Amino acid sequence: MKSMKQFFKRGLILLPLSLVLFLSGCSQMAVFDPKGPVAQTQSDLIIYSIILMLFIVVVVFAPFAYFVYKYRDTNPKRKESDYDPHMHGNTMIEIVWTVIPFIIVVALSIPTVETLYELEKPPESEEAATEDTKEPLVVYATAADWKWFFSYPEEDIETVNYLHIPTDRPIEFRLSSADSMAALWIPRLGGQKYAMAGMENTLYLQADEEGVYDGRNSNFNGEGFTKHTFEVYAESEEDYNDWVEQTQNEAPELTQEEYDELLEPGLTTEAEFSSTHLEWVDHGTNDGRDYAVNRHYDLYGELMHLYSDQEAEDFMDEENDDDHESH
Amino acid sequence: MSSHELKTGPLEYRTQEGQMTILGFWIFLAAEIVLFATLFATYAVLFGRTADSTPPAELFEPGIVLIMTFLLLTSSFTCGLAIHEMRRGSVKGLRNWMIVTLILGLSFLGFEIYEFIHYAHEGATLQSSAFWSAFFTLAGTHGLHVTLGIGWVILLLIQVTKRGLTPRTSRKFFIIGLYWHFLDVVWIFIFTSVYLIGMVV
Amino acid sequence: MQLDEFFVTGEPLIYAGMVSIVLVSAAILFILTYFKKWGWLWREWLTTVDHKKIGIMYILSALAMLFRGGADALMMRTQLAFPNMNFLNAQHYDEIFTTHGTVMIIFMAMPFLIGLMNVVVPLQIGARDVAFPYLNALSFWSFLFGAMLFNISFVIGGSPDAGWTSYTPLAGAAMSPGPGQNFYLMGLQLSGIGTLASGINFMVTILKMRAPGMKMFQMPIFTWSTLITSFIIVFAFPILTVALALMTLDRIFGAQFFTLTGEGMPMMWANLFWMWGHPEVYIVILPAFGIFSEVISTFARKQLFGYKAMVWAIILIAGLSFLVWVHHFFTMGAGAFVNSVFSISTMLIAVPTGVKIFNWLGTLYKSRINNTVAMMWSLAFIPSFVIGGVTGVMLGMASADYQFHNSYFLVAHFHYVLIAGTVFACFAGLVFWYPKMFGHKLNERLGRWSFWFFVIGFHVCFFPQYFAGLDGMPRRVFTIIPEWMPLNIISTVGAFGMGVGFAIFCYTIVYSYRYSERETSGDSWDDGRTLEWATPTPIPFYNFATVPHVDSQDAYVKLKEEGKTTFEEDELEPIHMPSNTGQPIIFMAFLAIASFGLVFEWMWMAIAGLLAGIVMMVIRSFDYDEGYHVEVDEIKRTERSARGL
Repeated sequence: MKSMKQFFKRGLILLPLSLVLFLSGCSQMAVFDPKGPVAQTQSDLIIYSIILMLFIVVVVFAPFAYFVYKYRDTNPKRKESDYDPHMHGNTMIEIVWTVIPFIIVVALSIPTVETLYELEKPPESEEAATEDTKEPLVVYATAADWKWFFSYPEEDIETVNYLHIPTDRPIEFRLSSADSMAALWIPRLGGQKYAMAGMENTLYLQADEEGVYDGRNSNFNGEGFTKHTFEVYAESEEDYNDWVEQTQNEAPELTQEEYDELLEPGLTTEAEFSSTHLEWVDHGTNDGRDYAVNRHYDLYGELMHLYSDQEAEDFMDEENDDDHESH
Repeated sequence: MSSHELKTGPLEYRTQEGQMTILGFWIFLAAEIVLFATLFATYAVLFGRTADSTPPAELFEPGIVLIMTFLLLTSSFTCGLAIHEMRRGSVKGLRNWMIVTLILGLSFLGFEIYEFIHYAHEGATLQSSAFWSAFFTLAGTHGLHVTLGIGWVILLLIQVTKRGLTPRTSRKFFIIGLYWHFLDVVWIFIFTSVYLIGMVV
Repeated sequence: MQLDEFFVTGEPLIYAGMVSIVLVSAAILFILTYFKKWGWLWREWLTTVDHKKIGIMYILSALAMLFRGGADALMMRTQLAFPNMNFLNAQHYDEIFTTHGTVMIIFMAMPFLIGLMNVVVPLQIGARDVAFPYLNALSFWSFLFGAMLFNISFVIGGSPDAGWTSYTPLAGAAMSPGPGQNFYLMGLQLSGIGTLASGINFMVTILKMRAPGMKMFQMPIFTWSTLITSFIIVFAFPILTVALALMTLDRIFGAQFFTLTGEGMPMMWANLFWMWGHPEVYIVILPAFGIFSEVISTFARKQLFGYKAMVWAIILIAGLSFLVWVHHFFTMGAGAFVNSVFSISTMLIAVPTGVKIFNWLGTLYKSRINNTVAMMWSLAFIPSFVIGGVTGVMLGMASADYQFHNSYFLVAHFHYVLIAGTVFACFAGLVFWYPKMFGHKLNERLGRWSFWFFVIGFHVCFFPQYFAGLDGMPRRVFTIIPEWMPLNIISTVGAFGMGVGFAIFCYTIVYSYRYSERETSGDSWDDGRTLEWATPTPIPFYNFATVPHVDSQDAYVKLKEEGKTTFEEDELEPIHMPSNTGQPIIFMAFLAIASFGLVFEWMWMAIAGLLAGIVMMVIRSFDYDEGYHVEVDEIKRTERSARGL
């Protein structure tokens, strides 16, 4: 038992160390691999907090390990003075260990609040500040069970389950949901916000590096939740403009009938259109909140029997089969 | 579990059991305050969210609500008189004033049921919209409390007739007195923050 | 309704569950009948109003629920160990994480702690029972029937699948039709009655029934934490009652509170839920703090360091717990100002919590640590909880929370605080007070094995999850991508380690029942500081033959110094005790029937059950049972045999 105890104690000391080790390899971890100014700010804030927290961990663990070791009853080196059963407190030291945590809380609160206000505005990257600041690109991101619609009102295009964005330009996501509550999260570009029906949330993100980033709904919303993902293609302004033009020219127009069908609860593959659903409904407004539920009320309860290796295509095929049977 | 009984003081406070039960009931009323506060908060949040249903200003009428308020306020007063009679040791006074309270409470309930049916006829039901759900739940919960209170008073009247005034029966009456006054206070809030504001806005 | 809609079909795991339920029930019925134990069960347990027995029933039920919730956890960890596992499909996984969360918080953590409170608090303050013994039995049966109702959902009707938080509109009638979510609503509502009643009961007990002379600031710290917890219960549970009732109205009676139609407001559910839910997590952590304080000061053989600061810290934490609920949804878009306010109030909780941690360290300073199993659980708590605490502060930083929210970082955090806090405390408390409940100790050697398996398994399971979260792994996904595999395999191994630890713990109970030495002294650990150790073991049903006069903290330490006991023969008087009653169990059974009716929307059944419940209340109103008196001779006989005089 003794060796195990030693092992445990050593393990405890190793714990913060292993944290540091983990962190040194953290460039792979999505949150510590920021590809834009928002994620960068948040990553910096998190690392700042981790340093303060490690300080607290050490301040507690060190005396803890020492006391448990030294004051154990079986310690052969115990002295008479090592035991004081009537000690009941010490006002001075109690004030000290109340004030220090308080100072740490203040030290954490200031950058937290600053960042909170910063996140409500379009990010200003350092390079952009020197050039003329770009207007944010407005993208309406609408969640539905279990797919994402991205509408570009100015470009008049809409995509499903993927989106293209230009680098070095703030993106103003206007988040809403057609039905259940979702959250739009692209860890490498920044933190999430909820997408809710009848409400519009604004989330500013920006990519500084080109690449393909994973985005997803991070808020549980039913059977298809795990597959409620999308891809973000961040590319140079020219490539982005090419893509916009190509989509405007080649993609079909989105009809309300087709949109309603897409809204049916279930998985769906990527798609693109040369018009947006905002023409007839904005789910972020009070009028648009019950659009999907009124149309598909009875379909939400149906199970997909979704297994981990199944993809949207499987369900699209099944759906087509079902359509044939019922018609 | 002391069974020692004091020789002086109000009957309901003479045993430790009586004191503890009354304290327990006060704490229960604190929980009830939280319950109603939550319902009021819900109502405030959903205020105005009538969707396509009739707005409250078109349905709320001052007359009937004033009568209900008068009935319940008076019943609270007669309930107080009943407890006063109990303290004087008069079973008869207690019983008579309690019966008056009962009748007032029943009339209040009658008006409330009439009111709800009237609203339903005008197309405002629990299902109509968020606002009406909140209204019926808030007022309905109060009404349900009054109903339970009435049933409870009847039980106690039977008991006091059978057993007379003892530390236990008087404790029970004292507690239902607290309960009845509490419902009265809740109603004052419903009257002002639901009906008066609903009529104006 | 068709029979195949009534029973859940098509899942081999669930068929296995059904078979085992039938077999276990049949075995229990057979044993009770064969050994003619029905009368004994009814007289000694089902109708009891003795706080010690009710406490034991709470704890046994909570252990059963820990088994159920743990089985759920192991199934989830199995599914998540590798990418593309098909052990559970999405729907089944959703049901399992929902029941895991609900069972662990509502039907495991809380009943376990309330069980310990039941056993210990009256003894610590020198009372002979709680203030309202009938109500106490009622609390227990409402919890048990609520738990049964909730648990039966996996074989009948289908389990809820909207998460233990049951966010609307997902949990509403449109998106979660069927009885599953109704089981959640009715199960919680039914057991909530009991929790509220317990809160009131303990408040009155502690305020009114302390031993003569015992001032508030002389109460044992576990009693203090129980008192404050009771305050939180009384002020938080009605909010849950209302929230559940509103959702029930939505789902069963077509109201529009949280719906997308009729201008309902789905976000209001999140607010109501967390206005209760955040205080709720303090309901399960404050008593844990109390238990650790008792265990640490007992086995450090030293007075608790900074007793007053400890008490004020509890009070402050309880107050703050009502002011932080928005931190559960910083990402809802309430704006920078609101998030700032709640961010700061959240982080402020770290201050009183830090004070407590340092006071425990202060208690260890210049102590003589007796490393028993109970003490090991308490010592393991300190560093583990600190990790959970500091990550909690990180989560409280709203602008960083946008990245942590809904991720495994959060999952790791709340398991670090709830397991290292509450579960360790349950084990510590159970081991510590076990001899007072059952007359023998738990085997220490086996206890150490279960401790090491559980604690190491716990860290192995949850520490990697912080990093999975930072790598973008959201909670509640039912399958992982290959990038997350290494961390998840480690996590799964740890989870099974905890499973082994729990299995050994259960075996320890059986082993100790057969082989442990029976206790002869009331002061089982020789270092007892509070009045529960002043009673003989087994504790007489009236607890104290004579209630000592208390004028200091650690009342039993002083009694020992003065050579006094709780059996001063010349001071004996007849003791008044409450009679047993079958009403609570019958009453709650009727309400359970009513709830079951509501779950399936069988109104005739719901109304019948409710009416029967009202009849039970009428019967109670006319019940003038005065209890009975234990005569001095009987007290003398009982005490002499218990004390070996």
